[in-house]
Amino acid sequence: MTTTAPAAVLDRAGLDTLVTTLVAQGRTVIGPTVRDGAVVLAELSRGDQLPYGWGVELDAGRYRLVPRADGAAFAHSAGPQSWKNWLHPAHERLWSADRAPDGTPAYTTEPLDPPQYAFLGVRPCDLRAIAIQDRVLTGGAYEDSRYGARRRRALLIAVECTEPGGTCFCVSAGGGPAAGPGYDLALTEVLDGDGHRFLVRVGSEDGARLLEQVPHRAADPATEATARASVEAAAGRMGRALPEVDIRELLAASPDAERWNDVASRCLTCANCTMVCPTCFCTTTEEVTDLTGDHTERWQRWDSCFDLDFSHLHGGGPVRASARSRYRQWLTHKLSTWYDQFGSSGCVGCGRCIAWCPAGIDITEEVRAMDAERPVSHAGGTGEQ
Amino acid sequence: MTAVPLPYRVTAHRRETADTATLYLTPVREALPDFAPGQFAMVHCFGRGEIPVSVSSVQATGGLAHTVRAVGAVSAGLCAARAGDVVGLRGPYGTAWGLEAARGRDVIVVAGGIGLAPLRPLILQTVAAPEAYGRVSVLVGARTPADLVGREEIPRWPTAFTGVTVDRPDPGWHGDVGLVTALLDRAPFEAARTSAFVCGPEPMIRATARDLTGRGVAPERVRVSLERNMRCATGHCGHCQLGPLLLCRDGPVVGWDVVEDLLSVREL
Repeated sequence: MTTTAPAAVLDRAGLDTLVTTLVAQGRTVIGPTVRDGAVVLAELSRGDQLPYGWGVELDAGRYRLVPRADGAAFAHSAGPQSWKNWLHPAHERLWSADRAPDGTPAYTTEPLDPPQYAFLGVRPCDLRAIAIQDRVLTGGAYEDSRYGARRRRALLIAVECTEPGGTCFCVSAGGGPAAGPGYDLALTEVLDGDGHRFLVRVGSEDGARLLEQVPHRAADPATEATARASVEAAAGRMGRALPEVDIRELLAASPDAERWNDVASRCLTCANCTMVCPTCFCTTTEEVTDLTGDHTERWQRWDSCFDLDFSHLHGGGPVRASARSRYRQWLTHKLSTWYDQFGSSGCVGCGRCIAWCPAGIDITEEVRAMDAERPVSHAGGTGEQ
Repeated sequence: MTAVPLPYRVTAHRRETADTATLYLTPVREALPDFAPGQFAMVHCFGRGEIPVSVSSVQATGGLAHTVRAVGAVSAGLCAARAGDVVGLRGPYGTAWGLEAARGRDVIVVAGGIGLAPLRPLILQTVAAPEAYGRVSVLVGARTPADLVGREEIPRWPTAFTGVTVDRPDPGWHGDVGLVTALLDRAPFEAARTSAFVCGPEPMIRATARDLTGRGVAPERVRVSLERNMRCATGHCGHCQLGPLLLCRDGPVVGWDVVEDLLSVREL
């Protein structure tokens, strides 16, 4: 959705009012805040809960908060959570059933009355991740109605990236530090001699209506130019990059690569990468009964392709028993077969899987190694296109 | 499409083998949309969970049958269900055998063990319309005579050739012993105008499809039904991936031309 509303500028007080206005409208505002030594996403009631004056230092297997002298609120990159924690929660009831005295169960769908979320501080990489989960969970023949209901009610306030981290590689993943489509409002934080302010662009009617209720001024050319320049500069400051090859084709042709053994010797199959990944969507189900035996509930919870049980077949055991095959499944799905299944890559380059891997496995480095090995695996013949 | 199961009453329970039973089901109230042979339902056993099971009978009345082998908590609970009990069904899910594309052609059906169950409605439709197909052959393999599903029913099907073989005979067995693929020598078919439908353990599917294509049957004319862990059946849980495929959506019935390479990769 596009609107013709002109860009605006909010000062810090204006951003505070934006948060309290959303809360007053009954929205559940989720945004970044400092807690437990990290910039986490949590429910906000005031603008001053934003991580003003905090940045992050990221590397493979490493995440550290660092204070910033400039007082920026959004000069941090992806933290341990993503918006899927709210749109596609880790644990939820799907339906329940009660057995009548004659033994007939009555099935009841879990009521759909999700909160009206307002997500404040959605990074361009995460905006793409939400669009990818939209396609997976609502774009096929069947819609995940719980996800769909939460998603349709959610308001997305993006914040463009001006301070990429050491594990960031969104540009090489086909995105960038500038916000793509899908936002209601997009902010760009500007810090210069003229003060601390936020350029606001409007992406939807909902966004335009919200902006009307918040004190703001029309955007001036200097603020727009500074915002544009810092986002453009950010594109050149990515800490990492995927190699510039056809990765979809590379991984489809590499099921027998030697590198899988190498990475399997380091991978703990702990599933951290899949938990922090903003697009990983896999779930399992559990049946939970009460003591009467006449009430049962069907719960869904996040699952991971790194779990041995994930591919379990009764009578046959796990299809993917080795760590090698499980890492291969994750990486190949993310960067190659995701195209076949859902029409795009499953990776947005947020770098979470690199930072939160306890073994420091770096997805960009693994792809590069796979590419370097390619002539050998071709000679071996894989039988795959 | 409903996201919660619909209650179906067990009208009959037929024990097939020591660990396998067929449940005949009829809707308690509302019925699911019609199932095509090859498609599957998510079958809910109260308090235990849901499993994917292909239909082994489809009736015009909305009645269905599912043949279940007790290999886990849910399947054991379903096998223990008796007439009058109620189970929950969601569906129909997945791809069908696509028998229409076999019209006018020789038909070869190859089943291993409980793999006969998903093929049963296809066999019944084929033999009920002999004018529509060429020569129909049904080849069935089982580990032992006691593991043979549909033992009474198989000889009654009016096919051009029906063969039954077991891996390990018992003293009362006078039939064939060995791999089901060995029966292909006796099945009458003209490879260029043959459609094949295969279901069973994966090694058996691979061997059968390779033999059929080796004899000249086109890979896309060899349709196989595959099994993977499934939690949702709606393409959202990620469990049933086989490389680029989501088997709940792109399967369970797929052409050999699509899966030959995928099934040749270990632990894919």
